[in-house]
Amino acid sequence: MNNSSEKDYFESLISLEYTHTAGSATTRFLEAVAEGKIVGQKCPKCSAVYVPPRGSCPRDGVPTSEEVTLTDRGCVESFTVVHIPIPGNPIEPPFVSAMIRLDGANISFLHLIQEIPVEEIRIGMRVEAVWKPQEEWTTSLENIKWFKPTGEPDIKPESLIFKPK
Amino acid sequence: MIPAAVIGVGQTKYDSKRRDVSMPGLIREAIDRALIQAGVDWDDIDAVILGKAPDMFEGVMMPELFLADSIGAYNKPLLRVHTAGSVGGSTAIMAATHITSGQYKCVLTVSFEKQSESNATWALSPKYPYTPHINAGAGGYFAPYMREYIRRSGAPEHIGWQVAVKDRQNANLNPLAHLQIPGIDLEMVKSTPMLWEPLRYLESCPSSDGACALIIAAKDIAKGKNAAWIKGMSVRSEGTLSAGRDEVNPLAGQMCAKDVYAQAGIDNPLKEIDCAEIYVPFSWYEPMWLENLGFADKNKGWEFTDQGRTELSGDIPFNMSGGVLSSNPIGASGMIRFGEAALQVMGEAGEHQVDNAKVAMGHAYGGAAQFFAMWVVGKEI
Repeated sequence: MNNSSEKDYFESLISLEYTHTAGSATTRFLEAVAEGKIVGQKCPKCSAVYVPPRGSCPRDGVPTSEEVTLTDRGCVESFTVVHIPIPGNPIEPPFVSAMIRLDGANISFLHLIQEIPVEEIRIGMRVEAVWKPQEEWTTSLENIKWFKPTGEPDIKPESLIFKPK
Repeated sequence: MIPAAVIGVGQTKYDSKRRDVSMPGLIREAIDRALIQAGVDWDDIDAVILGKAPDMFEGVMMPELFLADSIGAYNKPLLRVHTAGSVGGSTAIMAATHITSGQYKCVLTVSFEKQSESNATWALSPKYPYTPHINAGAGGYFAPYMREYIRRSGAPEHIGWQVAVKDRQNANLNPLAHLQIPGIDLEMVKSTPMLWEPLRYLESCPSSDGACALIIAAKDIAKGKNAAWIKGMSVRSEGTLSAGRDEVNPLAGQMCAKDVYAQAGIDNPLKEIDCAEIYVPFSWYEPMWLENLGFADKNKGWEFTDQGRTELSGDIPFNMSGGVLSSNPIGASGMIRFGEAALQVMGEAGEHQVDNAKVAMGHAYGGAAQFFAMWVVGKEI
């Protein structure tokens, strides 16, 4: 091994810019989010509700053509507290990265939790979205600043287990 | 299935920065050692199967293009495999299928990662379109599932620390292991900083440079050599965002293990497998995989760890080499598991050898706990 402290390499930094084609299901979701609404899609076979939708159900391989409007409330399926800085990530640690399961949805998405001491966050805790001011809304889930506790009783985590219809 | 055996296992020294070698040099170090152990030469190699994890881990796209000559693929078939963290395992299986299908007699398979060339946590934490930028590396992704495992099973906090200690004690017996931590104990692990709750620094894998190569051969080449015969092998995957997925105990992992055991004629893995190299990049995955692979009952895997049953002297030793927790060149990590399982049944595992190991398991998982690759190897054909 080379134990020399002399720098024996050079750094070559790269950056990438993307043009992303969202597809029809995600486009519909983002158009709704831009108006402060959350829409998902339902599988015609197993009735799973996907949010954000991707246009098909991976379980059944069929289009999820039925649109479902959801609320911006749900619960914490699980979470972690990130204590280390992540290269290229703008959020300063510690921050809470949580799997948010909206009411009526069968998959969760990652978002922040705030307005509660970190040690009080728990699996099954009820939360609701805190939206940015309307003039800042774009076609992004970042329109929601974070989720905060509603104060309602916790749900039983077992109730999140999906039962296909 | 036409019989196939591992006849050579070559590994590099694993380290955080292998600046003494280039990427081809690192890979060649593993290949040369595998060829020497196997007692075969380049002319005997019919095909080369290469595996590595995402290209962003080095920032070199399609490295198989410039590696073709240094890995001996000149005028030979070359195939590159990618299944994220499980790739070392699935690559070994892709290579072995070239023998079991009867297509070739002797194949070289190699996998690597030279993580010091870039930053894997950065590469795993991009800003995805339309969502808040909160993803935080592999630990950030898997920590919520470990928390859910702890909730379901009621496992005490010290289980994670015990796995972290046990694997590093094993690593102290393996001169190739990246982490060498003499005197490691529970106090040391629990005093290290929290990274992604519930995971502390020493409960997480390192970022390593390294490569692992295997020579896999048909019977007429393997006969008379010290060999690890492949008794069963399988890969499975599941969709990333599918309703009903259980990432704490993934169905694809259960199915993959079931398939491998059926091929190997194993009814009771706990009794019939002597030791296992299982992909445990974060401490809590030991009890989780003990259950997923059928060694322990649901929510009881942590009791195995607590009772020392996965230690080198236990009834089902896990990660005798020190495991992913002690060396993690991601693309190679699965193949190291597969190769270390082979070394155990060949009786070539050195100081971390399990006495009289006849049947051993190698396991890898990757992506969002969605790709699985496993094999069982035996001393006898």
